[in-house]
Amino acid sequence: MSEPVVEISGLRFAWPGTDAVVLDIEALRIERGERVFLHGPSGSGKSTLLSLLAGVLVPTAGEIRVLGRNLGALGGAARDRFRADHVGFVFQQFNLIPYLTVIENVCLPCGFSASRRGRACGERPVRREAMRLLAQLGMSGDDLAQRGATALSVGQQQRVAAARALIGSPELVIADEPTSALDAARRADFVALLFAECRRAGATLVFVSHDASLQASFDRSLPLATINRAAAEAMSA
Amino acid sequence: MIATLAWKSLRNRGATAALTIVSIALAVFLLLGVERIRQESRESFAAAVSGTDLIVGARSSPVHLLLSAVFHLGNATNNVQWTSYRAIAQRPEVAWTIPLSLGDSHRGYRVLGTTADYYEHLRYGRDRRLAFAQGRAPQNDREAAVGAEVAGTLGYKAGDRIVIAHGAGEVSFMQHEQHPFTVAGVLERTGTPADRTVHVSLQGLDAVHAEAAIDEDPIAAALREDPDGATAPEPRAITAFLVGLKSRSAALGVQRLANEYAGEPLTAILPGVALQEVWEITGAVERTLFAVSALVVLVGLSGMLVALLTSLGERRREMAILRSVGARPLQVFALILGESAFLTAAGIVLGVAVLHAFLAAGQGWLESRLGLFVVVGWPSPHEAMLVGIVAVSGLLIGLLPAFRAYRMSLADGLTMRL
Repeated sequence: MSEPVVEISGLRFAWPGTDAVVLDIEALRIERGERVFLHGPSGSGKSTLLSLLAGVLVPTAGEIRVLGRNLGALGGAARDRFRADHVGFVFQQFNLIPYLTVIENVCLPCGFSASRRGRACGERPVRREAMRLLAQLGMSGDDLAQRGATALSVGQQQRVAAARALIGSPELVIADEPTSALDAARRADFVALLFAECRRAGATLVFVSHDASLQASFDRSLPLATINRAAAEAMSA
Repeated sequence: MIATLAWKSLRNRGATAALTIVSIALAVFLLLGVERIRQESRESFAAAVSGTDLIVGARSSPVHLLLSAVFHLGNATNNVQWTSYRAIAQRPEVAWTIPLSLGDSHRGYRVLGTTADYYEHLRYGRDRRLAFAQGRAPQNDREAAVGAEVAGTLGYKAGDRIVIAHGAGEVSFMQHEQHPFTVAGVLERTGTPADRTVHVSLQGLDAVHAEAAIDEDPIAAALREDPDGATAPEPRAITAFLVGLKSRSAALGVQRLANEYAGEPLTAILPGVALQEVWEITGAVERTLFAVSALVVLVGLSGMLVALLTSLGERRREMAILRSVGARPLQVFALILGESAFLTAAGIVLGVAVLHAFLAAGQGWLESRLGLFVVVGWPSPHEAMLVGIVAVSGLLIGLLPAFRAYRMSLADGLTMRL
């Protein structure tokens, strides 16, 4: 069996300067290529877990390994580089940098990571790969790509964000409630597109949502409120 | 990468960025403009006396003698007797002398009575001689040489006839019409008071006064008449004279000699020393102007600080996005710092450009009105230092919002704070 993409053991996290543990996960494994639906009520520690996975936060105790690397043992700059190289991120909304065009937004990660730039294009220009991804996500046309990011509808912005998360084939794609700003009809479309592109890129997808209607299409569903012992205690208390 | 982002981010906030750049540019323009004018005025003053070792006039303060004799500012308190002038001019240390007789005017320009030595020995700037743009030096009592600005403003050329007036005012009721002069030559532009002067011979000037005196009082004029009937009597007095020495090392000796001259009370000055005294007087004003323009620079840079700090609030999302694609907090820091660096640099470039455009356009005006011969060229080392100080201040001020953005991006991480 191949090495898991995410491996958590005895993870505890408390905000620096406080004693209150907000995240306490005994063990969690996410395999390569898996599409995981992570859900839970607000306050169950979703954002904190994503920040730990992305290497923005480090565990107070225990271990979090992504692609075999112990993130807690890396320095801040190394974690930033690790994120640039291996993690694609989609936010809930307002994903795009307003002063860049659509295509510039998509190419952004390649500016921070040489390895993603290398994987995105080989010898071809990065823009070509960005155009391909946009077309795959149903956003074709040169004029669209050259437009300012703010000129797009919310649904279009989310698809551009997905293209950005996928460019240069990062091993892990983290989507933080990417569909909550979309209407019901577009949610399923967006998830289907995301799945297809993740499969094509061989990326592992961690998808956070509280929209239970989506969870059926995922390989696995993780209720954070039960995995996170800190949240479970808080709920039962 | 970060530089591109900084540039695009600024371009997106074009109006604010442009205003910030303009305010910094105006501040730089003012700072360098004040400095340039100060520098040029000092240089043009110094250029006018660069070849002269001593200036001798009737007893007065050195500054007053310098200003009245060379720059035609104010009037001399008293005259120097011709005999005193000859006594000093004949000293063995003296290479040449130029007598100066002031007190009359021509349509607002000063009339200077002098001798052929003026065209021969006067040096200005870096050892430059007077040259004629047109015609030649006056050769008799009825010829005049006009400075470049006089010729330019009044439209004179060689051959024109002019009449001079008594007194130094722009309008004089007493015109010496009986003794008109013919313009023999027009001097090339020098950037010194010579540009604004009508030059005639000492004898010519005396003849004017003699003829004027006949009108007023024929008996007094008759008494002044030379008993031998010579056409060119020696002048009786002059306003001051310039001295060139064979060796500069003799300057202090000749200066003491003149100051202790027994015949009448004289003052001899070293032009450079007297100029220093002038600068000491004007120094307070210059420092005030400099302080004001430095404050304007500070205001301009503060404007940038305010603009960047207020923008940070609405840019927290942008920071989170950048962090999510792998930007380090240090890169976020560099982005904001880069923006202030760009704004400052653009402001400086624009300010210098505007200053040069202004100087180029206003060259003629500055020269005719203020007598400043402004050279449009690369900034002097001193100006480069001022520009450097502005640039460094801009960067230092830019550290503040950059550091705030750094702290924010560390604290927020990937959290979207709206």
